[in-house]
Amino acid sequence: MTEAMMPLWEVFIRAKAGLAHRHVGSVHAADAEMALQAARDVYTRRGEGVSLWVVPSASITASDPAEEAELFEPATAKPYRHPTFYTVPKEVGDM
Amino acid sequence: MDDVARPPDDAARLERFEARVAREDKVEPNDWMPDAYRRTLIRQISQHAHSEVVGMLPEGNWLTRAPTLKRKAILLAKVQDEAGHGLYLYAATETLGVSREELVEQLLTGAAKYSSIFNYPTLTWADVGAIGWLVDGAAIMNQIPLCRCSYGPYARAMIRICKEESFHQRQGFEIMLTLSRGTQEQKAMAQDALDRWWWPSLMMFGPHDSDSPHTDNSTRWKIKRVSNDELRQRFIDATVPQSKYLGLTIPDPKLKFDKKTGHWRIGEIDWAEFRRVIAGDGPCNRERLADRQTAHDDGAWVRDAALAYAEKRRKQAA
Repeated sequence: MTEAMMPLWEVFIRAKAGLAHRHVGSVHAADAEMALQAARDVYTRRGEGVSLWVVPSASITASDPAEEAELFEPATAKPYRHPTFYTVPKEVGDM
Repeated sequence: MDDVARPPDDAARLERFEARVAREDKVEPNDWMPDAYRRTLIRQISQHAHSEVVGMLPEGNWLTRAPTLKRKAILLAKVQDEAGHGLYLYAATETLGVSREELVEQLLTGAAKYSSIFNYPTLTWADVGAIGWLVDGAAIMNQIPLCRCSYGPYARAMIRICKEESFHQRQGFEIMLTLSRGTQEQKAMAQDALDRWWWPSLMMFGPHDSDSPHTDNSTRWKIKRVSNDELRQRFIDATVPQSKYLGLTIPDPKLKFDKKTGHWRIGEIDWAEFRRVIAGDGPCNRERLADRQTAHDDGAWVRDAALAYAEKRRKQAA
């Protein structure tokens, strides 16, 4: 096959002011400007957002799913990081 | 099943994978997955993407001839949605390690299939109504369980598509309703469209469960949640009362209501026609692929120019 590969971009949308941009999918485009145009056409046909980001997919570094246990287990092993770990006497009221 | 028996470490991984799927965990692109799972998904999702893309053609036929400006704007929005759906699904397929360029080539060379329904012609405006009501209706019936598919990117694409697809079916029904409440000629046109689209729509659910080659693995791996026959029955039960509301007749003399089960029972589907159209001998197979090929060829200079321009800008910036 001789067709040249069109670069891949990840698309993020801010649904409305005050919310964070959120990943919605990807598009192929030759450059950033065209990626924005394509993202607008493909992902915002029904007022899905007020701001778009496009990021070259190749720029994303992902954690390895095989290392999920080592990476994220410590977080669940520390219940004392959560407020529900502590008992506050009823008389004290809401805290 | 052949590649399910593998060396020991793969056997252990397969076991973990199957356990994970069984407890309704989603599978994501970088996770280990059996080759057969990956292949099944690539085949199914890309076939689905191709169907959305080729599906623009029968409707595109009426874009310039829609009866009013309102209908034209609606149809244009619907066709744009189909393009969008094709793109969401291509993107989901690419997460499995196949390139867009390969996928497009598979469609154009005929190596990959698309839904055989799009090989039927749209002869009158009523066909646009029948497609929305029946073809999109059948598609939604198929797609709702896919929103819970075990493969995350496919499930997410399907959720988006189902949300958008609902307007397609309703606008189609509205066209049929308008025609069926219109003049004698308009009503006859609606009936003629129903006559031609009813059986092909039922074929969209695929062969009977007893003859379906892909069901076993797909069901265990939670790619397919509901069987072909079950989905077809749901569609029939939903659609027959709608046809009565329209005052149109389902073209099936054997259609009858089974009081015991509460289901509508249909006559025999012409599977010889189904196989003929899938094998490439439907009314429009050659025309559809030729149109896709032309669109692809006509766009080649645009893709080349865009890449050349991006390259030039990169060099200038360096």
